[in-house]
Amino acid sequence: MNFQLHIGDWVNDGVDYLLDNYSGVFDAIGLVVDEFASTIESLLQVMPAEVMILLFALLGAWRLGLRFAVFTLAALGLILLSGFWPQTVVTLGLTLSATMISLLIGIPLGIWAATSDRVNMLLRPLLDFMQTMPAFVYLIPAAMLFGLGRVPGIIATVIFAMPPAVRLTTLGIRQVNKEIIEAGQSFGCTSSQLLFKVQLPNALPSIMAGVNQTIMMALSMVIIASMVGAGGLGNEVLASIQRLDIGLGFESGMSVVLLAIVLDRITESFGDSRRARRSGYLSRLFGRISGQRAPVKGESH
Amino acid sequence: MSPPHGKIVVRNLYKLFGSHPRQAMQRLNEGWDKQRLNRESGVIVGVNDVSFEVAEGEIFVLMGLSGSGKSTLIRLVNRLIEPTAGQVLIDGRDVSSMNRRELIELRRREMSMVFQSFALMPTRNVLDNAAFGLEVAGVGRAARERRATEVLEQVGLQGFATKRVDELSGGMQQRVGLARALAVDPSLIIMDEAFSALDPLIRREMQEILLGLQREHRRTVLFVSHDIEEALRIGSRIAIMEGGRMVQVGTPEELVAAPADDYVRHFFSTVDTSRFLVADQLKADSVPVYVHNGRAPEGCQVRRDLEAQDKHYAFVVDEQRSFRGSISLEKLALLTADDRPLSLEQSLLKPVAPVAPNLPLSDVIERLISNEGPIPVVDDDGRYTGAITKGRLLSRLQGAQP
Ligand SMILES: Nc1ncnc2c1ncn2[C@@H]1O[C@H](COP(=O)(O)OP(=O)(O)O)[C@@H](O)[C@H]1O
Ligand SMILES: [Mg+2]
Repeated sequence: MNFQLHIGDWVNDGVDYLLDNYSGVFDAIGLVVDEFASTIESLLQVMPAEVMILLFALLGAWRLGLRFAVFTLAALGLILLSGFWPQTVVTLGLTLSATMISLLIGIPLGIWAATSDRVNMLLRPLLDFMQTMPAFVYLIPAAMLFGLGRVPGIIATVIFAMPPAVRLTTLGIRQVNKEIIEAGQSFGCTSSQLLFKVQLPNALPSIMAGVNQTIMMALSMVIIASMVGAGGLGNEVLASIQRLDIGLGFESGMSVVLLAIVLDRITESFGDSRRARRSGYLSRLFGRISGQRAPVKGESH
Repeated sequence: MSPPHGKIVVRNLYKLFGSHPRQAMQRLNEGWDKQRLNRESGVIVGVNDVSFEVAEGEIFVLMGLSGSGKSTLIRLVNRLIEPTAGQVLIDGRDVSSMNRRELIELRRREMSMVFQSFALMPTRNVLDNAAFGLEVAGVGRAARERRATEVLEQVGLQGFATKRVDELSGGMQQRVGLARALAVDPSLIIMDEAFSALDPLIRREMQEILLGLQREHRRTVLFVSHDIEEALRIGSRIAIMEGGRMVQVGTPEELVAAPADDYVRHFFSTVDTSRFLVADQLKADSVPVYVHNGRAPEGCQVRRDLEAQDKHYAFVVDEQRSFRGSISLEKLALLTADDRPLSLEQSLLKPVAPVAPNLPLSDVIERLISNEGPIPVVDDDGRYTGAITKGRLLSRLQGAQP
């Protein structure tokens, strides 16, 4: 058989077309993203390492108790002592930037899909596609459209990490008890009051689970994004692969894992409201190392 | 058409669920039945040509099996569900033709709702839940918290303000639901199986609270229930729904006395309905009646009659059948001991206050206890219609099925 679909060629043509006709648009987007990310990064970098570690520990103590605070101190201290702190801050900055952009787009999209069946139907396959596409495939068009550096890294990360934010926002809103919605309406809520006073507060545990997943996916993606020059811990991982340096690979990999656990447990705790007790992305694996779970107060049924 | 009087007036209301309700409505008007409509166009008839009125201050109970359209019907009243056809008037204003703003205003000012699942916001504490309606309506924090505290007290929840709602038992949660509904001081409260999720003792307690609140401040209540005991206890009137239709409306007494069909009768089959018996259902013509047509009945004749029939009492009425008085065989025997003719003039008769036909059983019993003989029942125009005797009452209670 001689016939073959050249989907790859079409995609190439598409990217070329975009580049030829809309490079201005992409430059502008790139500029905004770069500005945003560098602001976040410099905010993180003005803080001395010790101060930031302490802040994380305090946050951990508030959300999860003393044992987790001790774990946080130990984990981040280990990163600092092994000399990977500067790269970790860069990775943290990239992760936070990408996460914020993902949420900024993803949560409103999720709300929209919750209120419109048609939007939901269009969005669902798109989200499936975004999530199942091998992560580094995004890097190629991102690099072509935005050049090398952290911008394509962040853009690719946003695309990769956004789906759970959209999905879990939609799910959370749609799952709110029907009579609770009716209660809102029957007391005379306008549609925005219904959204802000009824739907979002009641969907919050689910939305926070989405935030948690988005952060974790963003973290894993910014590591991969070092391939287009995003920088941070990913660079070390990449270097260790290129040089077959097992020691470097272990050290940098460990820094990623420790950062991941801290971020996961803390963000998870925000979704862990009294009603729903869920597991964060990693906590099922690492629950035992990272200390006790948040006390679940007044657990019903 | 006569001008609407009721708090709620519902006229020829329909709700069809499905993709082309208007088209289906046409079919229904052409005479298709529900089954055919469902089979051939996939439309479900939720509410089918329902008309009724609810008076100001009434507790109007909707009863019916699951799926009979009760929830749909009450949601058409505050338009949580859009009607397919028909009219809902509240205080004479057509709800179905209101725009969004008017509808929101109406919901904020005039009505509130209580739900089977309580539908409280788990993210808010008791006080903020109770204040929800006021908050939505834009009442300032201090004022709405004052009002919420007040209504929480009314439902017996003083001291619970800062508790989280999921720390409370079901009964307590529904008190919060009730407080939330009362806080906005509505003239109409819609309650969808509000007490159905509670166990029987708590349910009784909540019914008492509701009735107590009604005694303090009468509001119109539209109450859905599938518990006949509950309906009978709290309902001023009860409407029975079947398959989207309202098959009968009436006071508890009316429904007990004359159920429209087997479906309605079935609801009462488990209930001890004797307490809904009224004088009219207890009377019989077991007491001899003599007519005073200008000439009083003759005493000796009456005595002989009574002795022959083995009766102990007789009633005397006039030509218009107005009740004149009663006489006992005992007294008659004394009066006619010498067998001289005696006309039973008014002065010889014992005055007994007759009772109205709708006097409830409990009052009838009281009268029978304080009265030595039978009790006459007269209709609204004062005409004698029958007598209630102790024997008659007891045999009626024994086989109390209406
Ligand atoms: N949103 C809906 N879509 C389709 N059918 C519905 C919907 N809501 C109710 N129905 C149907 O309408 C009928 C009446 O339901 P409902 O009013 O909930 O009954 P009840 O409250 O008396 O149990 C049922 O047959 C139900 O399946
Ligand atoms: Mg129902």
